[in-house]
Amino acid sequence: MRVLIVEDDAVLRDGLRVGLGLGGFNADAVESCEEAHAVLKNHEFDALVLDLMLPDGSGLDVLRAMRERRDTTPVLLLTARDRVADRIAGLDAGADDYLGKPFDLDEVAARLRALLRRAAGRPGARLEWSGLSLDPATQKVEQDGKPVHLSRREYAVLHALMAHPGQILSRSRIEEKLYGWQEEVESNAIEVHIHHLRAKLGSDAIQTVRGIGYRLGGEM
Amino acid sequence: MPSISKRLFVILAVTTSLVWLSAVVWIYLSTRAEVERVLDARLMEAGRMVSSLIVSQEIVVDPTQSSTTDLPLRAHSTYDRQLSCQIWSLQGTLIGRSDGAPDEKLSEHADGFSETVIDGETWRVYAVTNAELGVRVLVGDSMWIRDRLVNDVIRGLLLPALLILPVLAVLIWLSVRRGLEPLRNIAGDLETRHAADLSPIDDTQTAKEIMPVLQSLNGLFARVAGLRERERNFTAFAAHELRTPLAGLKTQAQVALASGDGAIRKQALSQIVIGVDRTSRLVRQLLDMSSLEAFDQVERQGSVQAGPVLRALAEELADPVREVTVEISPALDMLTVEIEPELFTLAARNLLENAVNHSPQGGVVRCRAAETGGIVIEDDGPGIPQEELPRITERFFRGRHKAAVGSGLGLAIVELALGRSGWQLQLFNRETGGLSAVIGVHA
Repeated sequence: MRVLIVEDDAVLRDGLRVGLGLGGFNADAVESCEEAHAVLKNHEFDALVLDLMLPDGSGLDVLRAMRERRDTTPVLLLTARDRVADRIAGLDAGADDYLGKPFDLDEVAARLRALLRRAAGRPGARLEWSGLSLDPATQKVEQDGKPVHLSRREYAVLHALMAHPGQILSRSRIEEKLYGWQEEVESNAIEVHIHHLRAKLGSDAIQTVRGIGYRLGGEM
Repeated sequence: MPSISKRLFVILAVTTSLVWLSAVVWIYLSTRAEVERVLDARLMEAGRMVSSLIVSQEIVVDPTQSSTTDLPLRAHSTYDRQLSCQIWSLQGTLIGRSDGAPDEKLSEHADGFSETVIDGETWRVYAVTNAELGVRVLVGDSMWIRDRLVNDVIRGLLLPALLILPVLAVLIWLSVRRGLEPLRNIAGDLETRHAADLSPIDDTQTAKEIMPVLQSLNGLFARVAGLRERERNFTAFAAHELRTPLAGLKTQAQVALASGDGAIRKQALSQIVIGVDRTSRLVRQLLDMSSLEAFDQVERQGSVQAGPVLRALAEELADPVREVTVEISPALDMLTVEIEPELFTLAARNLLENAVNHSPQGGVVRCRAAETGGIVIEDDGPGIPQEELPRITERFFRGRHKAAVGSGLGLAIVELALGRSGWQLQLFNRETGGLSAVIGVHA
């Protein structure tokens, strides 16, 4: 799941990026409104972690611009200002959740998972598909009740596919969800991860739709 | 503790008593003079009357006879023994006398008034000589009676006074209490007010004598309230500004705890070190700010040699990792600036720190004397975007070219510190790039 962090404090930004990475997110980070606007124009994110007080403006401006573009990406506001009035202003500007500083890293991750779940219209925390079960909170995968051990990247590919059950995801879309924009991606990296996943889950688990992309095999 | 009401009471009681006393003395003297005038006139009249009665033979005296005739002048009780009369022959024999008159001769004077002491009693005597009949008429009254008359008048005055004086004292005491009521009201108001209540005391009903006290009190309240307000704002600001670095520290700590990867853990720990450095700098600046604000009306005097201070700071602040160096022009060693040393150090430290933090790798920060008598600190950094220049000294304003450790307080502190000494900070973007900060005298 790809997350954009907009935070001007270098230590906090780095901590969130690495910390959410550990929580199974693919996190990218920028430090100003200007950069946020630029990145949001060219990339798609599953969620945004947005600081309110940025050096070149308010995070609320970024949020309003997104909502004006009809961008429904879930947004979690982070801020040192957490009076009730501030929270109301943030939520009314289109934020989906609000967290006052200093916060707990695990809570940020949990709230992001909840936002993603709500955005996908899923009732439960786990993702289920044809005997496969994926728990985003623990990053554990089970097949027919038995645990399956996946690498971080393999987990991320499976998570992306299971988050869009029945849909075909293009290779570039999966890449987007796996890698930050600064990371070098080898041209066959996704094929390699898919290959490993099939070896662990069975060859029918993921189908290749030639020329378009991949989707989960089998039925609900 | 001196009490105004006691003081007022004593002053009023003493002055009132003095007024009474002088009135009594005055009445005593004037009564005495009047009594003497009236009684003397009576003596004179009585003397002449007796003399004329002898002439008209209504009183028959024989100057040759040695037996005395009783004169029909009766004297009884307190005031009736007023007049005593003696008729003497010019040869020196007592011819006649009134009932209460003594036997001794009342006066040796031939004519007019005289005073004689007989048997310890002082007599006031008027003498009339009738040369044709060869008699001398002496009419006298006892001085004791005169004194008694005057004393009775004074006693008549003093008795009611003694009764009235305590009543007067009570009245004075009540008036003083009533007069001091506005003071007591204010004291009561102050006593019952809550410690946090710094609202001004209502001065619409106040006497104009208490007004100055009340105005100074209200002025004091306003100053204390202002100070409190600033303190509250400062606390809010501080709490606010500390939240982000604390969030950073906590997040990095949680990353270090959660990750099994040694590299990630090491990276998180080094971020924590950076975060702690940044936070301690923020705390230091917040404290500098609050101590500057606490004395915001006071202009501090003093002077300092710029060179040595800048040199010491340069040594402390130069960044060997990024190879940023600080050059100090020798001319500064000779330069004395009229700024209180502590304030100068504070301003210079923040300016140098900013310059070093914004310098690129291998950059040079130059300190030199300005032509106008101030000090210029120049760096090779990105400068400040022109549109941000007017806002850059605002508290917690952090521009786009902020350094990683910037708190948004540094330049605000510099401006405050220089302002305390009557100096000012000017910031220019250099044409060759970088920022030029000038500590200059107030324009």
